[in-house]
Amino acid sequence: MTIKSLEELIKIREGAQKKVNLRQSGDDGEDIIEILVGMATCGIAAGARETLHAIIEEINHREIKNIRVVPVGCLGYCHSEPVIQVNIPGEEPILYGKVDSNKAKEIIHHHILGGNILKDSVLINTFQRA
Amino acid sequence: MNTYRTHIMVCGGTGCISSGSDQLIDELNRLLIETQYDGEVQVVKTGCFGFCGQGPIVKIHPDEVFYVQVQPGDAKEIIEEHIMKGRRVERLLYHEPMEKRKVKEHKDMAFYKKQYRIALRNCGLINPEDIQEYIAFGGYEALGRALTEMEPADVISLVKRSGLRGRGGGGFSTGLKWELTRQAAGSPKYIICNADEGDPGAFMDRSILEGDPHSVLEAMAIGGYAIGANKGYIYIRAEYPLAIHRLQIAIQQAKELGLLGKNIFGIGFDFDIELKYGAGAFVCGEETALIHSIEGKRGEPTKKPPFPAESGYRGKPTCVNNVETFANIPPIILKGADWFASIGTEKSKGTKVFALAGKVNNVGLVEVPMGITLREIIYDIGGGIKDNKKFKAVQTGGPSGGVITEENLDTPIDYESLKAIGSMMGSGGMIVMDEDDCMVNIAKFYLEFTQDESCGKCTPCRVGTKRMYEILEKITEGKGEAEDMEHLEQLSYMIKDSALCGLGQTAPNPVLSTMKYFRHEYISHIRDHYCETGSCKALVKYRINPEKCVGCTACARVCPVNCISGAVKKPHSIEESKCIKCGACYDACKFDAVIKP
Repeated sequence: MTIKSLEELIKIREGAQKKVNLRQSGDDGEDIIEILVGMATCGIAAGARETLHAIIEEINHREIKNIRVVPVGCLGYCHSEPVIQVNIPGEEPILYGKVDSNKAKEIIHHHILGGNILKDSVLINTFQRA
Repeated sequence: MNTYRTHIMVCGGTGCISSGSDQLIDELNRLLIETQYDGEVQVVKTGCFGFCGQGPIVKIHPDEVFYVQVQPGDAKEIIEEHIMKGRRVERLLYHEPMEKRKVKEHKDMAFYKKQYRIALRNCGLINPEDIQEYIAFGGYEALGRALTEMEPADVISLVKRSGLRGRGGGGFSTGLKWELTRQAAGSPKYIICNADEGDPGAFMDRSILEGDPHSVLEAMAIGGYAIGANKGYIYIRAEYPLAIHRLQIAIQQAKELGLLGKNIFGIGFDFDIELKYGAGAFVCGEETALIHSIEGKRGEPTKKPPFPAESGYRGKPTCVNNVETFANIPPIILKGADWFASIGTEKSKGTKVFALAGKVNNVGLVEVPMGITLREIIYDIGGGIKDNKKFKAVQTGGPSGGVITEENLDTPIDYESLKAIGSMMGSGGMIVMDEDDCMVNIAKFYLEFTQDESCGKCTPCRVGTKRMYEILEKITEGKGEAEDMEHLEQLSYMIKDSALCGLGQTAPNPVLSTMKYFRHEYISHIRDHYCETGSCKALVKYRINPEKCVGCTACARVCPVNCISGAVKKPHSIEESKCIKCGACYDACKFDAVIKP
């Protein structure tokens, strides 16, 4: 196919951007929301990989920008794996426990987009950001 | 469509490929398939990150982790630790030489902190063999805007106002060059990209073409529209096979999307690009010689005027711009002349890419705003001098430039200031020298290069550089005579004033500048037959310091002519008449007892 106008180019660009978004977000600095997913042995055994996939899919589906999902090592809460931590700039970091795929989607919907913390799933919220 | 959660960017520049990045990519892909992570993790082969001294480079998104010197054997640990378990592989992180700490994230590295990347904006960020990735980061929008929203005259005035000057070394206003070609009578007109990069140690243009070929294609199309040309040539040396390969892919992909070819963006503008290969002659970087080479004639310069803007390729108006110059054009169109003009110094706007080489810790490619000092480049970005040696000089401008010494390290870099201290901007080669480098020898090295590369058309250059080289050779062999320096100086000015093209006119610069700043070295070579650094082999005299020698016999055992004698555990000595000055004893001694010169 050939591009015959600026609009067509921008349309192609939007499609292409989805594939490379995660490379850009890292360089923008301060306003990035971070989701850290505990991916140690216990986390993976408890299903952290499925959780990670669900998060990525949901972010992509809802076209959320300025966010990055980082797999990290053991967060030390093996009893509640999979564990994820949500860091929103200017807010206290929130640590969620027993996050399966559905819970992950809820967190994105209610917490990241809606601004409401899912109190029932919070493990702890009084510690310094990792 | 697969959504990848992690992108493993592996540098696919020539530097990293030669240290094994291709095998690393294969190994990463193999392991990803084996562990069934291939659906969620993507390996991307990118252009040059610039950090060539530490290659192969791997950067992982979105965590922004930067690994250095990654061997194929390290792939397993990266996959098992970083990708599967989210743990950084500490031993592969970059170790900052000045601060003695491991650097976790890319943005914390001193090497990148002071850089400002315009021409290299996409190098290391995109896969250069995928036009979609270039488009994703704003590619071809500048061409679209120029064609659909601007008149050619607007494009020229924008580029003129931005203050962009030729990055090949001359520093002529790019906008003005475009305007002169547009106004010149005659058609068809041509636009040529000069990718005949020939300075020893310079690889700026190669890296741009390898890492972001589309930025050059897009800019050439914009330039073609501005000056009224429908045909562009990229003159590239055949020694750059990877750059050629990526350009061929890029041209093909751009044609498929209609971004090159007929009726681009539906405004009736046709533009095509063809590659022309050079045989790697230094003189073909000179625009008239380059044009002759494209025409199939001998790569020899002709006198200017007429300038190519009036009579160039096939006698038609032709605009020749350098690769890096072109790479600056799309951002200027998108972000505006004022944005570009806000970077840099009063007369030199924007940034400049330098290939940092020689005795510096971080060898590589850096892009810095004009006006930065050499000290910042060498110490902050370059990480200082290797092995804690003392800085002596830095050569900018390659064989056309000169040396810059300690006292001028704080000069803000721009076209005029470098000229004022006896060097020049050049295309961007920057070779750092330490206390072990002999300046007479350095001058000889550059003259050896220029006398060899001289095309032979004009006598001053053909014969003059040869004679200069012979005098320098004589001096470094200890056969120098008192009047040699005067002869060198006379020859220098004669060649500068009478040579036909830039090659000859600038060839004496390394000699003049080393004679100016390191006169005492010339004098000690000529008068005392003494080279303080020991790099002039003929002048070296190896001796053994009896107080330091412990009699380990290491030197005697490596000496190929058995001229070192002495009993075990007793100080040794060198018989000077038999010594062939190979330096093996100097390298073998663990006690610093062998002294040179």
